[in-house]
Amino acid sequence: MSEVPTAVLMKGITKRFAGVVANSNIDFEVREGEIHALLGENGAGKTTLMNILYGIYRPDEGEIYIYGKKAHIHSPKDAIALGIGMVHQQFRLVQTHTVVENIVLGTGNGLRFEEEEVRQKIVDLAQRYSLAINPDARIWQLSAGEQQRVEILKALYRGAKILILDEPTSMLTPLEIKELLQTLRRMTEEGNTIIFITHKLDEVTAVSHRVTILRQGKVTAVLETAKTNKVQLANLMVGREVLFRLEKPSVERGSEVLRVEGLEALSDKGLIAVNNVSFTVHRGEILGIAGVAGNGQRELLEVIAGLRPATRGKIFINGVEATRSSIRERINMGMSYVPGERMTALVPNMSIAENMILKSYRTAPISKGAFIDRREMLNLAQRLIQEYEVITPGPEKPVKLLSGGNIQRALMARELSQQVDILVAAYPTSGLDVGAIETIWRILLSQRPLGKAILLVSDDLEEILTLSDRVAVMHNGEIMGIVEPKEENLEKIGLMMAGALKLEQEQWV
Amino acid sequence: MIDFIVSVLTLTIPAGTALLLGTLGEVYAERSGVLNLGVEGMMIMGAVTGFAVTFATKNVVLGILAASLAGILMSLIHAYFSITLRVNQVVSGLALTMLGLGISGLLGKQFIGMPLPVRLQPVHVPVLSDLPILGEFFRFNILVYISILLVPLLSFFLYKTNWGIVLRSVGENPAAADAMGVNVFLVRYLAVMFGGLMAGLAGAFLSVAYAPAWIEGMTAGAGWIVIALTIFSLYDPTRAMLGAYLFGGVRVLQFRLQPLGIPANLLNMLPFLVTILVLVLISEQAFRRRIGVPAALMQPYSREEK
Ligand SMILES: Nc1ncnc2c1ncn2[C@@H]1O[C@H](COP(=O)(O)OP(=O)(O)O)[C@@H](O)[C@H]1O
Ligand SMILES: [Mg+2]
Repeated sequence: MSEVPTAVLMKGITKRFAGVVANSNIDFEVREGEIHALLGENGAGKTTLMNILYGIYRPDEGEIYIYGKKAHIHSPKDAIALGIGMVHQQFRLVQTHTVVENIVLGTGNGLRFEEEEVRQKIVDLAQRYSLAINPDARIWQLSAGEQQRVEILKALYRGAKILILDEPTSMLTPLEIKELLQTLRRMTEEGNTIIFITHKLDEVTAVSHRVTILRQGKVTAVLETAKTNKVQLANLMVGREVLFRLEKPSVERGSEVLRVEGLEALSDKGLIAVNNVSFTVHRGEILGIAGVAGNGQRELLEVIAGLRPATRGKIFINGVEATRSSIRERINMGMSYVPGERMTALVPNMSIAENMILKSYRTAPISKGAFIDRREMLNLAQRLIQEYEVITPGPEKPVKLLSGGNIQRALMARELSQQVDILVAAYPTSGLDVGAIETIWRILLSQRPLGKAILLVSDDLEEILTLSDRVAVMHNGEIMGIVEPKEENLEKIGLMMAGALKLEQEQWV
Repeated sequence: MIDFIVSVLTLTIPAGTALLLGTLGEVYAERSGVLNLGVEGMMIMGAVTGFAVTFATKNVVLGILAASLAGILMSLIHAYFSITLRVNQVVSGLALTMLGLGISGLLGKQFIGMPLPVRLQPVHVPVLSDLPILGEFFRFNILVYISILLVPLLSFFLYKTNWGIVLRSVGENPAAADAMGVNVFLVRYLAVMFGGLMAGLAGAFLSVAYAPAWIEGMTAGAGWIVIALTIFSLYDPTRAMLGAYLFGGVRVLQFRLQPLGIPANLLNMLPFLVTILVLVLISEQAFRRRIGVPAALMQPYSREEK
């Protein structure tokens, strides 16, 4: 076999968390100078394995060798000393500090920090790897792509030779992804080793030399990327044929349900986060809002749901103005909001059945005067559990015991069993595995023939393109354009996400 | 008129010194992400220890050192519960205050009404203390000078040094600091202990310098004003000094204005009114973020917790 030396060797790694075995006897080997993809579904154990390598978690069993030498990694400090750097999926940056302050954090033994020297070193590194950044900017002023550059610079500044990137593309525009992959290739040419965590097959084939595939905490295969293909990878990752060919019959577009006009809203920091946003959603259609995370989607959703005041503009539900309506009034007008942080819409310690009637407890048949008809409640829950394929030992179990996919199914069941005209679905499949994603997508698509309108917001462009009838692209608080999710529009969508293209309103569909 | 102003100011500085010492310590503790509501308890333990040791040894310096140590020991209780055991910081801090008030009352019983054989003497700065009018400002005791010198020193440390960046990062985002190899627990322990040291000093200042005597509950809410001042200062040493002297000035004015018919109770209330106002303001999340409350304040840290 090849004589390339081994940079990282993890042997027999096992890690248990209360109730789950996140890593089960994993062997993982990365050669010096390669880009090694670590592929697996959500929950497969990728982050856990890399957190072990970086010293954040301690393995229950197993050994680690770095460049052939046995390593004792008890904390990130040890990992850094061994030349390992990690860019976490949720960036670990101090928002209120400057780029320089974030990069020097924890380095330098002198009391005084040599700002000029540090700045020069950062500028040099940035130039060498084309990671352009303003060293004096505060983190909260930076886009996700720029923040990621800071994270990479942090690792390089500490002299990392082995760089771990945990799902690094999830917050980037298509163009930024291209640039990132270029930077990574450049880094390997200089002798660095890259571990690239992902659940996207395209990225594996685009950038990696070899790939290790994890499924449910176990390694299912280690392959040379050149000698495999996406179908094989998908099978190894999911453990069965992935169909994903969803039926999406065309549905007649009906009357208008939701209309927003010139909406404006402020972020928590008091800056304009939603800027003059207008669109409509009709019966039988899904309007998808695409965009890089943090471009005002969250604030827009909150304004529509009634959680954040609009500073300008109007909202109409079924033709009735709802700009100043309370959440309860909006619900009565036919709106349902399923937030991205699903648990905020549920009461974790209450049973599945009780959670399912949180919106209908006030009306018959659940309500019996001042009391709740428990039999009716359980009947309803039983029915919804079956209809929406919620996997649970029973309707009286606390909802917090369910897995992410089942929590989302239960939530969808509650919301869609109401009189709903417009469903606002925020990041409905974030953090779910392929099986769960499939059901959620089916559920959403099945609403179209029923004449319901859906406003879908997601960071996952693939999800938006698969489900939507029309795609609105948001950048920096503005709608850059609304197009159909067709192959030939892909480039336009990418440009709009990056803010490089804005369509005239007349060109919107 | 000038005489009046100078005399108010020369009284204001000592009146605000205990507040300043305590606030500087609490600013650092909270910058690391640990709210310590036990300041009142640590301060009064400093006061009783300072008095007792000075009384027994007839040595003020020993008394002050013992008081600092008492403050540190008290703060370690809070550190252990809130950092290591990750107990709710409010609960642990309140318990510390009650503990301090209780123990100090018990220990201090024998000292009630006793005169202190020695007290911390003013230091006359050569030359400067002989100036007309301004000379008054150069005849304070050593703790006053220390507290003033600490202000630029702690500012410099906080904003201009590697360790300052570490301290602030731990209070803003401990996970980020941890990932960069910083020992989050150690930093928080040290910051809380520094808070204890300063509260202990503040207590000693009261019992062996400002009003040399032991009176049960003699801190009289100063620890709570420290908590308010910490927020009022937006976690900045320089503004902490401004705030401390402002509140100190109010105390002094009370006595000066009473003859003019302004009731003392009204002025007495002022610090607490401001405190309440500030607490109401910071209870709003958006406001907290805007004025720069350390983002991880009151959040225990654990590596493996999701
Ligand atoms: N700190 C933790 N506490 C409890 N369970 C955890 C923790 N971290 C991960 N897990 C669990 O371990 C499994 C693997 O998670 P993770 O490594 O994050 O997967 P991936 O990164 O592949 O999506 C999941 O079931 C997850 O819920
Ligand atoms: Mg992960």
